[in-house]
Amino acid sequence: MLNIDDLKVSLEEEEKQIIKGLSLSIKPGEVHAIMGPNGSGKSTLSSVLAGKDGYIIDSGTVNFDGSDLLEAEVEERAALGIFMAFQYPIEIPGVGNMNFLRTALNSQRKTRGQEELNAADFLKLVRGIAKDLEISDEMMKRPVNVGASGGEKKRNEILQMCLLEPRFVILDETDSGLDVDAMKLVSKGVNNFSSSSRSFLVITHYQRLLNYIVPDFVHIMVDGRIVKTGDKTLALHVEETGYKDFLQLGKGKH
Amino acid sequence: MTDNYEVRDVIDKETLSTVKSVGDTYKYGFSTDIETEYAPLGLNEDIVKLISKKNNEPKWMLDWRLKAFNRWKKLKQPDWALLKIPEIDFQDQYYYARPANMKEKPKSLDEVDPKLLETYSKLGIPLTEQKKLAGVIEENPEDKSENRKVAVDAVFDSVSVGTTFKEELKSAGVIFCSISEAIKEYPDLVKKYLGSVVPISDNFFACLNAAVFSDGSFVYIPKGVRCPMELSTYFRINAENTGQFERTLIIADDNSYVSYLEGCTAPQRDESQLHAAVVELVILDEAEIKYSTVQNWFPGDENGVGGIYNFVTKRADCRGRNSKVMWTQVETGSAITWKYPSCVLKGDNSSGEFYSIAITNNMQQADTGTKMIHLGKNTNSRIVSKGISAGKAQNTYRGLVQIGGRSQNSRNFTQCDSLLIGNKCGAHTVPYIEVNNSSARAEHEATTSKVDEDQLFYCMQRGIGEEDAVALIVNGFCKEVLQALPMEFAMEAQKLVAISLEGSVG
Repeated sequence: MLNIDDLKVSLEEEEKQIIKGLSLSIKPGEVHAIMGPNGSGKSTLSSVLAGKDGYIIDSGTVNFDGSDLLEAEVEERAALGIFMAFQYPIEIPGVGNMNFLRTALNSQRKTRGQEELNAADFLKLVRGIAKDLEISDEMMKRPVNVGASGGEKKRNEILQMCLLEPRFVILDETDSGLDVDAMKLVSKGVNNFSSSSRSFLVITHYQRLLNYIVPDFVHIMVDGRIVKTGDKTLALHVEETGYKDFLQLGKGKH
Repeated sequence: MTDNYEVRDVIDKETLSTVKSVGDTYKYGFSTDIETEYAPLGLNEDIVKLISKKNNEPKWMLDWRLKAFNRWKKLKQPDWALLKIPEIDFQDQYYYARPANMKEKPKSLDEVDPKLLETYSKLGIPLTEQKKLAGVIEENPEDKSENRKVAVDAVFDSVSVGTTFKEELKSAGVIFCSISEAIKEYPDLVKKYLGSVVPISDNFFACLNAAVFSDGSFVYIPKGVRCPMELSTYFRINAENTGQFERTLIIADDNSYVSYLEGCTAPQRDESQLHAAVVELVILDEAEIKYSTVQNWFPGDENGVGGIYNFVTKRADCRGRNSKVMWTQVETGSAITWKYPSCVLKGDNSSGEFYSIAITNNMQQADTGTKMIHLGKNTNSRIVSKGISAGKAQNTYRGLVQIGGRSQNSRNFTQCDSLLIGNKCGAHTVPYIEVNNSSARAEHEATTSKVDEDQLFYCMQRGIGEEDAVALIVNGFCKEVLQALPMEFAMEAQKLVAISLEGSVG
């Protein structure tokens, strides 16, 4: 599904290389976790996959279902089925959640050459998802993420995911700012959504989320590279000893 | 209520999605090929007389015009606004143009040139009495509540070409007709109120208008009548090199209510055109007027060539106790906008509200705002202004809040937000607050922000294209004002917001 080959990425503003040769292959149905200390380039990776401005691709390729992902516009990537749950979901004052969701869904459908969903079907669909995630009607009426708590914002991200039905989901530090109950709810949403044709890239600093969203592979990222790959037990190892064992690996690989 | 909200939200979305289908940047930029009869070029006493004669006006009206013309000759064009106004040669304009086959006013819509009707139908205006605002209803089958009637008076160049629903309005006692007709049919009302809110020599442009106005709309709502439908005027400049000077007079007698909508378009031309209108509102005891404008005159091209110079004087006189006025404007067009719809709050407990969206893109300039003059006791005013600037445009909010010495316990609240798109445009806020009564309270809040890169990225990651994302964010920014508009105008306005900002990103 997703093949990243020897990717090198710099910041546009300061010509500083952040990702220094990263390769990763994700097949349909797989859940991959990327863990790493602050500044290791995890969030840059998710931004680059989603297509955010401000980065220069120095070399390498990213292939998504046979097409060159790096050539596609942000909204085209979304229509291809790439979804990123934001670490800090953005507030959009004055724009109602419903309006936002329907605009997004129908924009994607349009890009894919599908018919737009009518109002009645849309409302039914959204209400069903919102109910599962315990999101109140009152919250659905609010402007996008405005005045929402950290937990509400993250649930809102999962709601967007369920509605847009992407095939490849990046969860960027989704656990940050969540208490245990909220984390369980969010994880339940993700697990219900997972299927043999969908893949996840879970970016996290801590192991605890991986108790709920269980990865097939865990990659440790240090200084712009994946320095170690293992199964879920690798995350437990990190939990016990921290990243210090891996820091040297990052430096020694030149 | 819940469902209404959701449906409305969903309809908002429908509107956005139809934006793309609307076509070119300025959708009203066509011109209609109709033979036009012009008055000779330039302005002098003979032209004023000619205009008066063309309208078969009584002598008192001509005298009024001539008085205005003589005052105007002594006035200077104001230069205090934050606008770069190219020199206007007032002798190089036509002051009167009308479709040639309209020498005799049509008696019914059947007599109107079909090409005119075609023009209005292109503009989406329902001119025949059977039609509702059909476009809106067809586009949004979910929305059944909006099947209401809107009476329309259409002004083409200088002439009113037809007013709909006349009979139905008449049975309610409402007078809605062109002002030229009112001068003949209802001289007492016109004499009593014309110029009583905006005196003939109020300012340079209002004075010019008083001398040469050729038509416009007249509304009288009698005592105790709630106007049974919304009233609407559509203004269109079609003829080349012509100024349009329409004059609107609305009187809401005791305990009456009316909601009035005004829309404007003009074809795309290289030459700039002058528009200097005057709107006077008179609101008596316990009466209320809502006046909404969607101004979409041709803004000129991206290099600032052509476009309408829009110099408008609008004022509401809340004479009566508990009288109320609400101005809502969406200003997206015109190369230059100079406009300050004002409220004179004379009656005790009277209130004035001003909601404004002003969008400038490319080389457009707008200097717009309001004046709230508090004279009566316990008067209230509220100002919500949203200025959006893109391209190389300059957008100024200019507002006066004046609370007089006798105006006990009066209140003003002003909120003034500016949004910038790109880094070559400008937003300016110029509030004037004069309080002469210690029991008064005036509050002013102002913000300036930019369309946020993170917001755009967030929308686009969800699959929304960049221009749609900008339109969505800007419509969100304007929400409070859009909500103040009647439903069908709100939709039109949302489309306009999106269209006027096309090409402003990327």
